[in-house]
Amino acid sequence: MAEILKRNKPLSVSPVKVSATSGAALAFLGFDRSLPLLHGAQGCTAFNKIFFVRHFREPIPLQTTALDQISTVMGSDENLIEGLRTVCEKHAPALIGLPTTGLAETQGCDVRRVVRTFVQRHPEFAHVPIVPVDTPDYRGSFERGFALAVDALIEALLPQGTTRRDASTRHVNLLVNAHLTADDLDWLQETVAAFGLEPVTVPDLAASLDGHLDDAEFASVTTGGTAVAALRSAGEALATLVVGASLGPAADRLQALTGVPDARFDHLVGLAATDRLLMWLRSVSGQPVPARLDKQRRRLQDAMLDCHFTLGTSRFAIAAEADLLTGFVDLLGENGGEVVAAVAPAFAPVLERTGCATVKIGDLEDLEMLARDAGAELLIANGHGVESAHRLGVPILQAGFPQWERLGGFQRGWIGYDGARHALFDLANALEAAGRHAASPYRSVFAVEAA
Amino acid sequence: MNNAQIAALLDEPACEHNAKSKSGCARPAPGASAGGCCFDGAQIALFPIADVAHIVHGPIGCAGSSWDNRGSKATQMPLFRIGMTTDLTEQDVIMGRGEKRLFHSIKQAIDSHSPAAVFVYATCVTALIGDDLEAVCKAAETRWGVPVVPVDAAGFYGTKNLGNRIAGEAMLRYVVGAAEPPPVPDAARRPGITVHDINLIGEYNIAGELWHVTPLLDELGLRVLCTLSGDARFRDVQAMHHAEANMVVCAKAQVNVARKLRTRYGTPWFEGSFYGIREMNATLRRFAELLGDADLTERTEALIAREEARTHAELAPWRTRLQGKRALLYTGGVKSWSVVSALQDLGLEVVATGTKKSTEEDKARIRELMGEDAHMIEDGNPRGLIETCKRYRADVLIAGGRNLYTALKARIPFLDINQERTVPYAGYAGMAHFARQLALTIESPIWPAVRKPAPWQEQSHG
Repeated sequence: MAEILKRNKPLSVSPVKVSATSGAALAFLGFDRSLPLLHGAQGCTAFNKIFFVRHFREPIPLQTTALDQISTVMGSDENLIEGLRTVCEKHAPALIGLPTTGLAETQGCDVRRVVRTFVQRHPEFAHVPIVPVDTPDYRGSFERGFALAVDALIEALLPQGTTRRDASTRHVNLLVNAHLTADDLDWLQETVAAFGLEPVTVPDLAASLDGHLDDAEFASVTTGGTAVAALRSAGEALATLVVGASLGPAADRLQALTGVPDARFDHLVGLAATDRLLMWLRSVSGQPVPARLDKQRRRLQDAMLDCHFTLGTSRFAIAAEADLLTGFVDLLGENGGEVVAAVAPAFAPVLERTGCATVKIGDLEDLEMLARDAGAELLIANGHGVESAHRLGVPILQAGFPQWERLGGFQRGWIGYDGARHALFDLANALEAAGRHAASPYRSVFAVEAA
Repeated sequence: MNNAQIAALLDEPACEHNAKSKSGCARPAPGASAGGCCFDGAQIALFPIADVAHIVHGPIGCAGSSWDNRGSKATQMPLFRIGMTTDLTEQDVIMGRGEKRLFHSIKQAIDSHSPAAVFVYATCVTALIGDDLEAVCKAAETRWGVPVVPVDAAGFYGTKNLGNRIAGEAMLRYVVGAAEPPPVPDAARRPGITVHDINLIGEYNIAGELWHVTPLLDELGLRVLCTLSGDARFRDVQAMHHAEANMVVCAKAQVNVARKLRTRYGTPWFEGSFYGIREMNATLRRFAELLGDADLTERTEALIAREEARTHAELAPWRTRLQGKRALLYTGGVKSWSVVSALQDLGLEVVATGTKKSTEEDKARIRELMGEDAHMIEDGNPRGLIETCKRYRADVLIAGGRNLYTALKARIPFLDINQERTVPYAGYAGMAHFARQLALTIESPIWPAVRKPAPWQEQSHG
């Protein structure tokens, strides 16, 4: 049980926080032929677009309702209708995600009413699902925005009370949070499939933003991801696997709508979490754990032995969103590492059951102070943490959003036995390369240096 | 090196093994030996001299697989971090071009790195084909004007231990006595304190651990003329003869150096250790005693009292965690008893200790510390060690890197005590590192995680 230390200063310095709007946009980007339309000023979209373009090193489909002075004051309904019409006409998306921004929410726009008006006015686009989600950037953060969008998708796309489950179905819903990368999702899907199950991932960023080279030279919508129809059939599944505590409300809704039983995991990082996942898959599928996973497990155990000399005697500082932070705290915990500084950008209930003494709701400045006081020897944070690590004189392991300067960081897997193994090696190598153990050089006062 | 010279080196009156048989050192048993060769011993003993270019004269097998594998640290960028070897080819061997290649190699090393000296190490092949190391070194020294020292310790001459001695012998023969130490810098003089010159023989500054000790020696006015060879410079070795007292840190390695320094220059010596509070205290007291300086004795006692109090306070939390834990120690020579004392200082029970490379005196000290029926392990084959660990219900195996992975595969907590380790344990300050490392290793949550079978399997391991 961690004690949560609230934000206690007016100025946020070097924030770890990324807006809920961005998180929601990312969730929509995990759907096939999808186009998020941010209801706000141009800048809201432009910043997010650059943010994701640099992180994924991909063109990112993202549009804006481009609120200006007049529409902001006099009402933005027409901008929204105009935006929806243009997007439908020009790009023919299979899904339009409609995250609101701080501007739209403060203005008080009733997005749902406007969407109804749009459908009435443009019946020719009635087949395009439009999913609004309230994600002002003054509430929550990235992970929460992502979860809200998943929740909104379930609410908007799932028909009520449609549990027509075929007894022989092998279909399993995978409801995943913002932190599962392309490699993570690949591993998870392959692992689920290895038990003879058929995964449907919501949302499936491993199919859209995994950094693949498409045959088409240009696309204005996503070129892969969860099909809208696949989500619509979620009620026919044998079970739902929920990864990420942030998805709790979305999972509640899915279960209430469909009655499909679910299993919830705060994260899948480390030996214990992966063990639990496999035990669940074993019981759901009625099939034994494949030998391949047993082999991966033994490799992780050996890596734990090899790394424990370093990790088990080291102090770590972590700045990350709640779900990601919890995963790393548990990974370090099961390997004997001590988390001496933990910072999350926004509160989430999972933080209270995180395995470190305190979690500070704050920024990288807070993290730096905590890390310095506690003598942290390695920092885990997003790319913004590079400068903090530099000032602290410690190595960094980059995880989370954004990782602008790190090629391939967006793909890198953390979950499962293999993800944990690579993470342990990278952590231990970074610590060893920093030469933290050796005594400080001392030259005798009697020494006379050669000319 | 001829047979008579080797026999003379093996006859080491200061070594307690000497009386046991004619040779003094046991011969390695074919098919059942694990230790390093004579060349290995020689390079281990001398490589830490930081401003010397160390050239291994031989084919790639010798240097190729062994360079840069020690944890020795230096205050300047040491040349031993650059591997140098003549890397002989088949043509060199057949056509007898080894000497020529060596001669030019020495020039190249001097040109590229401006070393204070060049040490040239013989290997099995170059010894067999009859390369005249001494002649080449002499010619190169004359030609390039930089001291070039032959270290004739080919692998087949004998054990690693013999290599240590040959290395020491080479220093005595070619280097020691060649220069006087510089005067004590004015800034380092303190009124009323006489500065005494000492040497530390067989100390390799593993993980920089000597740096935990030197500040205390400085404080006492003990000037370390030379550490043979951790963080040493070539001219430190040249001035070794000027010391008033010598300490042999790793006894088995270079006791011959201390003995001959006494014969030649009358310098008294003792054998001591920097591991553990008791041994640190004893070492500092021995210096004061040998130097016969009443004021030094007084200041030494004050320093010991201060350091002891501080270390005890620092260790208190670790002691609680380590109390009653059972350790199995398997290491060589001095460490077979000095680490016992360090472990006991921390409240651990040492259930057995390895004595394969210990002298009779080492064993006597073990009995002193662990009681008359102390369990000593003579033969430390890996399987036997694991079994001993289990039989004695040891919580941790403390040994050299060679046994590390054997222990880990058997899910036994392990602490590396030998040369490859990266954590400094010497001195009072090192004790805290040692204690922390021990406690965290023993208490690591990975042990249950690696011992438990996968949850879908029922049978349990060990």
